[in-house]
Amino acid sequence: MTTRSMDAPDTRNLLDHTAQGVIGKPLDRPDGPAKVTGRATYAAEHDIPNCAEGVLVLASISKGEVLGFDEEEVLALPGVIAVISDERMIARSAQGGANEAPVQKVRNVEYFGQPIALVVAETGPQAQHAAERLKVRYRVEDRDNVAINPDEAKAEPHKEPTIQGDIDHAMKEAAHAVDLTYTTQGQVSAAMEMHASIAEWDGHTLTAHSSLQMLNYNINELADALDLEPERVRLISRYVGGGFGSKLGIAAELVAASVAAIELGRPVRVVMTRRQVFECVIRRSETEQRLRLGTDADGRLTAFGHEARVSNLPGEKFAEPVTQASKFLYAGHNRKLAINLARIHRVTAGSVRAPGEAVGMQALEAAMDELANAVGIDPVELRLRNIPERHPTMDIPYSSRKLAECLHVAAERFGWDGSDRRPAQRREGDWWIGTGMASAARVHNLANAQARVTLQADGTAIVASDMTDIGTGTYTVLRQIAAEMLGLDPENVLVRLGDTDFPPGPGSGGSHGAASTGSAVQLACETIRDRLVERLGCKPDELTLKDGFATCGNRRAAYPDLLQGADIEEIGKFEVGKIKGQYSTAMYGAFFTEVAVNAWSGETRVRRMTGAFGIGRALNEKTALSQCIGGMAWGIGQALTEQLMFDRRDGHIVNPDLAEYHVPVNLDVPDLDAVLVEERDPAASPLQAKGVGELGICGAGGAICNAIYHATGVRVRDFPITPDKLIAQLPDV
Amino acid sequence: MPQTNRSLTINGDTYEFSGDPRTSLLDFLRRDCGLTGTKKGCDHGQCGSCTVIVNGQRINSCLSLAVMHDGDAITTIEGLGTPDDLSPLQAAFVKHDAYQCGYCTPGQICSAQAMLEEAKAGWPSFVSDDLDGEVKLTREEISERMSGNICRCAAYSNIVEAILETMEAGE
Ligand code: FES
Ligand code: FES
Repeated sequence: MTTRSMDAPDTRNLLDHTAQGVIGKPLDRPDGPAKVTGRATYAAEHDIPNCAEGVLVLASISKGEVLGFDEEEVLALPGVIAVISDERMIARSAQGGANEAPVQKVRNVEYFGQPIALVVAETGPQAQHAAERLKVRYRVEDRDNVAINPDEAKAEPHKEPTIQGDIDHAMKEAAHAVDLTYTTQGQVSAAMEMHASIAEWDGHTLTAHSSLQMLNYNINELADALDLEPERVRLISRYVGGGFGSKLGIAAELVAASVAAIELGRPVRVVMTRRQVFECVIRRSETEQRLRLGTDADGRLTAFGHEARVSNLPGEKFAEPVTQASKFLYAGHNRKLAINLARIHRVTAGSVRAPGEAVGMQALEAAMDELANAVGIDPVELRLRNIPERHPTMDIPYSSRKLAECLHVAAERFGWDGSDRRPAQRREGDWWIGTGMASAARVHNLANAQARVTLQADGTAIVASDMTDIGTGTYTVLRQIAAEMLGLDPENVLVRLGDTDFPPGPGSGGSHGAASTGSAVQLACETIRDRLVERLGCKPDELTLKDGFATCGNRRAAYPDLLQGADIEEIGKFEVGKIKGQYSTAMYGAFFTEVAVNAWSGETRVRRMTGAFGIGRALNEKTALSQCIGGMAWGIGQALTEQLMFDRRDGHIVNPDLAEYHVPVNLDVPDLDAVLVEERDPAASPLQAKGVGELGICGAGGAICNAIYHATGVRVRDFPITPDKLIAQLPDV
Repeated sequence: MPQTNRSLTINGDTYEFSGDPRTSLLDFLRRDCGLTGTKKGCDHGQCGSCTVIVNGQRINSCLSLAVMHDGDAITTIEGLGTPDDLSPLQAAFVKHDAYQCGYCTPGQICSAQAMLEEAKAGWPSFVSDDLDGEVKLTREEISERMSGNICRCAAYSNIVEAILETMEAGE
């Protein structure tokens, strides 16, 4: 094992000095053929003999206690095996990176939809039928004692606010200022594959196929819940049908299946229904955001305030980090950034794609547009004037930052004309047409990771890690890194992922997977290169690896000849080290969009959308761009249609399915235009790569809001901007 | 329990169904036939992940009971191609990265396959200017006709790209 800690920017820029020439190339995904032919096996699909079927039972009260179940009645139904309500089962999903079991007391009900039991039967329909028939006896807490809606609870400060200078005074003195309140409604990840697990118990070890993002944490969460040592747990997630935050931590179905498998001595599969995924996994908190922005006469920020109110269940540490990008994106000496958290009894709030920036940037970028109008300058120019030289509060330098380039590149591609921003000037038939823009920003995360690389005697290589590929392209980019470092055709590199028997990494979350685990793969390959140098007896910088041959001076050898029947296996152990905190490191970008708003119905259609992004080195251009367009489409959903609706009486979700919670469909999304700006960020990772999975959403909804204003002259400050919020204010035709 | 013996032809092979009459076609395919390529994303006809082709037409297999398909010819994603021998649509999906997690993908491909036939047969859509006559599959037409298949990874632009290319190659 080779351990290396990143204590300073890695300026060696190794991947630009290797010979294979495959890094960054838009290669097809190696997992593609299996996925497009239906041969990729997701968690619920493993063929396990004698597997019983479990269906979760969720609480139909908002707070109280389960006194008991009338289980005899359902146990008498055909095929029903057991009703389990066990103290090991979990009542909430684990937060991302929790590394320990979440709240477990399933009989103590804290929100409507909390898992309280599992019904197990021979077949799925039998279990479903019995779960629906199961009568539950409750003690129901008096509604007056239960805060269910954010306005029924007092919000308390979450963490220390950032306070610098005197924002109240600066707002008063500002030549131009806006003081605005934006709100966003709750959202969900809605990954297409519903949460699913199959658990098997052999009397000593619990093995589960499960749909998860971060196995290295999930194994400890499950072990803790079951009170087993982690060595007695194995998790497998080779294919994951999307996560977007909802599978960062373990969810109720995995623990319920595990408990049932242990109790019944046979494998048990539990798949949530779509409704259950909505009701008991994770929501993104609704937000209320006050933005105070003040500038001098030239539009240079002197005051920057961003205060947010969010919610979560009692006891949860997570609060949507709404102000995350506000800390570093724009200038303004007088600052106040704060998050206030209201404790309410609704399903657990947690990470949904780009926690923080997804909603924070949406509101900030809309407020910046209002500020640009107040100052009377092109909104692009307002952003350009407010790119700080150093981090505004920490006074540290930025690492590579391509915000200005992205603004220029995207504006150019889009054909932006910011000279006349008067609203409601352009109409085509029944449609008001307008354009809008926004910056994109998302903090860069990096984490410790290990990976094993084996250069096999036959000249092929295997990469192994517990990292997951949730659609992000991990199989693809790790293959390219190893192929580049070892001089192999990527076809000759096999990547094996999603198994806790492999070396641990941080998993897929916070856009840190590729940069972290990729750095571990690179490190393992570096050590293999050293071994080859030893065998060839030459200097490291003389070594060239390409197409399965090692060349050193005038010596050239094919790997099988060089390896003489013996594999070289190395584990790279990458540690973040002292680089953390030295630089402000983030991904940046820009969005430009054109919308049409129907003059009669208030319906908004996004007609065009361009995004330019700086993500450090792109490891595979094709998969990186797919992440970007995916994020932009999420921005469309956030801006126009996606919202959880809660019944104010009991907190149950009124729209817990894909018919009523509207994610964008094909016709809602125009032919998205995304482009990457060339970048290397040596402070971000030894690969010079940053993250890409979340950036495309961070600000996108703000651009659409701004375009709607430009089209119609109506500024809606409550997302999503549904027709009912526009229609009464639309200009006369 | 009522007698439910049924015979279905799936990807050219004969399967007998005699199970619980509540079994959806989707669950029959996934659980009893081992054909897990057809996905379940909602079980309520809201997402299109479970799309299969029955007697030439695309349907949501979660909204249909297995017992209703006696004598029907069903094509699932497994019947369109194999990893070593991809169908033109499957190959185009790989080339254009018309998927990410891959979970909606079998449904998208089955849907697109049948959609191309619907267009050839002159079926109009919500965005067609003309209800009669030939259908020209523009980007907008394809997007509309594929809007019953949700992709939360939102590979939509690439899905349209892949279908356009397949269509043009087939002309
Ligand atoms: S599973 Fe059939 S439409 Fe969603
Ligand atoms: S590829 Fe993930 S949902 Fe479509």
